[in-house]
Amino acid sequence: MVTAHSHVVTPVTLSFSEEISSGHYLVGFPRQFEFRAGQVIGVSLQEDGPRRLYSICSGEKDPEVWILYNVIEEGYLTPRMSNLERGETIWITEPRGSFTGSREPAVWIAAGTGIAPFYSMLRSGLSGEKTLIHGSRYLEQFFFYDEFAASLGPDYIRCCSAEDDDHVYHGRVTQYLSDLGSVDPALIYYLCGSAQMVVDTRDLLIEKGISFDHIISEIYF
Amino acid sequence: MEPLFGKTQDELTQIALALNLPPYTGRQLAEWIYKKEISSIEEMTNLSRKARSLLSNSYRLGWLPPTNVQTSSDGTKKYLFSTQQAKYVETAFIPEKNRNTVCLSTQVGCKMGCLFCMTGKQGFQGNLSAGEILNQYRSLPEWKSLTNIVYMGMGEPLDNLDEVLKSLEIFTAEWGFALSPRRITVSTIGITPAMIEFLDRSEAHLAVSLHTPFDEERQKLMPIQQIYPLTEVLGQIRSWDFGRQRRVSFEYILFRGLNDSPGHVKELARILNGIRCRINLIRFHPIPGTPLESPDENTIQAFKAQLVRKGITTTIRASRGQDIYAACGLLSTKQLVQPDRDG
Repeated sequence: MVTAHSHVVTPVTLSFSEEISSGHYLVGFPRQFEFRAGQVIGVSLQEDGPRRLYSICSGEKDPEVWILYNVIEEGYLTPRMSNLERGETIWITEPRGSFTGSREPAVWIAAGTGIAPFYSMLRSGLSGEKTLIHGSRYLEQFFFYDEFAASLGPDYIRCCSAEDDDHVYHGRVTQYLSDLGSVDPALIYYLCGSAQMVVDTRDLLIEKGISFDHIISEIYF
Repeated sequence: MEPLFGKTQDELTQIALALNLPPYTGRQLAEWIYKKEISSIEEMTNLSRKARSLLSNSYRLGWLPPTNVQTSSDGTKKYLFSTQQAKYVETAFIPEKNRNTVCLSTQVGCKMGCLFCMTGKQGFQGNLSAGEILNQYRSLPEWKSLTNIVYMGMGEPLDNLDEVLKSLEIFTAEWGFALSPRRITVSTIGITPAMIEFLDRSEAHLAVSLHTPFDEERQKLMPIQQIYPLTEVLGQIRSWDFGRQRRVSFEYILFRGLNDSPGHVKELARILNGIRCRINLIRFHPIPGTPLESPDENTIQAFKAQLVRKGITTTIRASRGQDIYAACGLLSTKQLVQPDRDG
């Protein structure tokens, strides 16, 4: 009855699928469309199969599109997708979303695989004047560490809740922000992660004097 | 043991067949579960003793009473239910002069993270099954007096589409509770693909959480706007044939100085042009830590009057159960959530 462009899916052939840390995968396929860093695509394993949205992880001009995901054991899609190999097919929707990067000074705050849109922004040349605060449970889950460290230097802050390491804050992102004396109310704060992480971080920023209209959130829906 | 309550007649028939019972047992089971008042499989007296025994070995009837209830000074009641995952949801019973409404939850917590909503503050802990959604209706002491059902409690209904559609089937099927879909309203934040599927597979009314007609403003209030923008949601609604009986309404919580200006009225009239709809204005009930406030009563009434002058049917929803945190946007079981172990 109604044609929804969000229902249109296209088959793509995986050029790689790699487990980059325990239960976390990076998959790629040739880029056949334009997108803006920070946008998402729907992914399914069959043309009419259940579909989930994932942030594109690669840069706007990269020849491949990358998707970063973690396996949800009780889920439908990710346990199956993790078994796919190079040459196999997945179905994707057009890119969508307005959680897109800009060249303005900003603070990026991510938890876990919520780093994906920010990595896309980094690879798209949008990392100037940015601070990144990334929270993970384990040290091996600071995905793309080398590139963020090289690009952002001391403005790349890692918060690890389950392991200790030099130069890594021990605790969650929200704890790190609580410990910070003040935050800059003039900056825009981009948040990406689970609903709980986003809501807690947003509340904390508002408590610290950041206007809610300076906070832009993307939740794993 | 698995509950029978919450299963469709087809599923009940499959259960019967798997137990080598006659296929018509499925219809008998649906009759007992959804149309009669029994509390155990043993009371299904037109089933053979053997059938009842076989069923009882693996199944239970399955609807469960609430574990707690609070009563507001205005008569609204807030019920607490435990789920199969040992989590909790709240349900509001709202008595009025000519109707009694139950406000159902569909998820434990919510993923949507709206700035103004208490449920969102507890994050997301899981989806309810169709049985758990239906249980909030059937196990209320007032269930026989209920006239209206709204899916406006905890969670985003269309983020749990399969179970919501299944619950709607059981509510409206002749073999189920046989309720009119015109007595049921499903509210959504506007997840477009799921909304289309809901419109296609159900006849219940649709309510969309709008809250501002401006995209940039909406994305600060409601992160979903990043993914499913309002223009797309309205485009789908505009192209849908709702017929004469089915209704679409827009929920609009008023926030002081944010979305209560004449400019908002003008833009609402523009974007809703061509959609036969109603706007429900809702007073904002402040939640801890929110930067948002409710406008005063004069502003609310003036906003309504301006919309009416633009030709838009507009109502102001009565605030009910505010003293027990049962009013719109206040349901939460955060204090009962076990801390997660994620980083």
